[in-house]
Amino acid sequence: MELNAISIGFVVFTIFTLGGGVGVVTTRNLFQGTIWLMVSLFGVAGYFVLLSAPFLAAVQILVYIGAIAILITFAVMLTRSVTRVKARYIRLVPSLLASFALFLILLLGIAVPVFGEISPDIAPVTVASTRDLGAALVDENGYVVPFLLASVLLTGAMIGAIFIARDDTA
Amino acid sequence: MDEICTGLCRLMVDSGAEPGLAQFVSLLVGVLLVSGVPLLTVILLIWIERKVAARIQDRIGPNRVGPIGLMQTFADLLKLLGKEDITPTAADRLLYNVAPLVSFASVVLIWAIVPFTPFHYGVDLEIGALFFVAVASFGTLAIMVAGWASNNKYALLGAFRVVSLLVSYEVPLVFALLAPVMLAGSMSMLDIVNAQSGMWFVVLSPLAFVIFYISSQAETGRAPFDLIEAESELVAGFNIEYSGMKFGMFFAAEFLHVFTNGILMALLFFGGWMGPLYYESPLLAFAWLGAKGGIIYLTTLWLRNTVPRLRIDQIMAFNWKCLVPLSIANIVLVSLALKALQELNLVPRQLIGASFVDMLPATITLLVINGALAIYLLGILRRRGQEARREAQAAPMQFARATAD
Repeated sequence: MELNAISIGFVVFTIFTLGGGVGVVTTRNLFQGTIWLMVSLFGVAGYFVLLSAPFLAAVQILVYIGAIAILITFAVMLTRSVTRVKARYIRLVPSLLASFALFLILLLGIAVPVFGEISPDIAPVTVASTRDLGAALVDENGYVVPFLLASVLLTGAMIGAIFIARDDTA
Repeated sequence: MDEICTGLCRLMVDSGAEPGLAQFVSLLVGVLLVSGVPLLTVILLIWIERKVAARIQDRIGPNRVGPIGLMQTFADLLKLLGKEDITPTAADRLLYNVAPLVSFASVVLIWAIVPFTPFHYGVDLEIGALFFVAVASFGTLAIMVAGWASNNKYALLGAFRVVSLLVSYEVPLVFALLAPVMLAGSMSMLDIVNAQSGMWFVVLSPLAFVIFYISSQAETGRAPFDLIEAESELVAGFNIEYSGMKFGMFFAAEFLHVFTNGILMALLFFGGWMGPLYYESPLLAFAWLGAKGGIIYLTTLWLRNTVPRLRIDQIMAFNWKCLVPLSIANIVLVSLALKALQELNLVPRQLIGASFVDMLPATITLLVINGALAIYLLGILRRRGQEARREAQAAPMQFARATAD
C-alpha cells in the first residue's frame, strides 16, 4: 500500500473503529462501554471523510454520537450499579461461531457476485456533492419512493413509541 | 498543488523553498491562526463578562490588577495553574481528565468554519452549518461525561440536566439554522454570508433568528437556562469536583462558546463581514464581523445578568410546546413562500451580488409571513398566561402543586 495522507488516515480511523469495538466488548463498565462505542462510531465517520462524503460524516457524528450514543449513555446512567456488573456472558464457542459466520457471510457478499456482477470501478469517477445527494432523494428517477417510505416508517415508529410510553393515568 | 498553494505558501516557493515544506508551513500558520484567535479572545472575554456583569449588578468589577483590571484574567490564570490538580479517588480517571479537553476542543473546532473575511477562513466546508451542529454535540457529551466520571451526586444531577436541556434545545436550534441555509441554498458558511449582500437574513426570517438566539443561550447553559450549574441547588453542577486548570478549561469553554454563538449569529443572520468597504479592506471586514458578533454577545450577557433561573419543567414545556412547534411552522412557511417566490420570479436566481431592490419583494413577503406567525404565537401565549393567572388567583395552593407536577 502506498504511504500517503489517505492511507495514514485509513490506518488511524481503523484503529479508532476496531479499538473502540474491542473496548465495547471488553470493558466491565457499561458507561465506559458507551464511550468506546462513540470512539468506534467516530472512526466510521472518519471513513466517510476519506471516501469524500463529508455530509455523511457529519450526519454520522450528529446522529450516532450526538443523538443515539447520548441516549444510550442516558439510559445507562439511569441503570443501577453500572460500574459493578457481575453477570457475564461467557459462552465462548457459540459467540465465536456466530461472529465467524457473520464475517463469512459479509465476506461472501463482497467477494461472490450474489447480487449481480461486481464492476471493477465501484468508486464513482466524479465525486458526488451534497447537492447531488439531496437532489437524488427528491428526484422521481432517484430515491423519492424509498425516501418517503422511510420517512413514513420513522414517523410511525415515533408515534408508536410515544403511544407505548404514554402515561395512561394522565 | 498549484491551486492549494497560494498566499504565504506561494511566497515561500517563489523565494526558493521546497513546495512540500512551504505548503506544510502555510497550513501550520493557518491552523495556529484559526485556533489562536479564539484562544486569545477568551482571555479578554472573561474580563468583559466580569465587568459587564458587575456593572449590571451595580458593582465595579475587577479593577486592581493592571489598568481598569485588564490583567485580572492573567492573575486568575496563574492562580488556577498553581492550584492542586485533584482527581477524586472514586472518579473514573481517564474520562474525568479527558472531559475538559473535549469540552474546550468542541468550541475551538467551531472556529475552523468561521470565515473572518471574504478571503480569510480556516476551511470552507460544503457542509459548514452541519459541521457546527455535529461539533457542538461533542460539548454536550463532554459535560455529561464530566458529570458522570466525577462520581458525585451533584455532578451527576447536573449531567442529567445537561442531557435533557441541551438535547432538547438542539432541536429548535437546528430548525432555526435551516432558515439561513434554505435562503442561501447552501450549507457553506462562505456562501451563506455572501448571499446576504442584498439583505441580511435577520430581515428575511426574524423568527428563525429569535429561535436561534434563545436556543443558543440554552446550549451554552446560561441564565435563564443555567440549570446545569445552578449554584443554589447543585453547588456547581457537573464541574463540582474539578479544580485548577481542568476547571479552567470548562470555564474558558463556556465563555468562548457564548462569544462563538454571537459570531455565528452575526454570520448566519447579520451578514457577517458585510459592511461599507468590506471588499477593499479585509481588516475592515474583520472589524465588521467582530463588531456585530460583539454586540450580540453583549446582549446575551445583559440577558444572563438580568433574568432569574427557570425551573426544569418550565424550560422543557417552553421548548417542546412553544419553540419546537414554532420552529417547524416557521420552516414550513418559509420554504413554501420561498418556492412560490422562486416560481413567480420575484426572488433573484443568484443571491450572491443581488442588490437591495432585487430582494425587496421577497423581503416583504417573508416579513409579512413571519409577522403573522409571531402575532398568532403571541395570541396563544397571552391566552395561556391569562388562564394560568386566573387559576392561580382562584386556588393558589392547587395551582402551585399542579404546575410542579
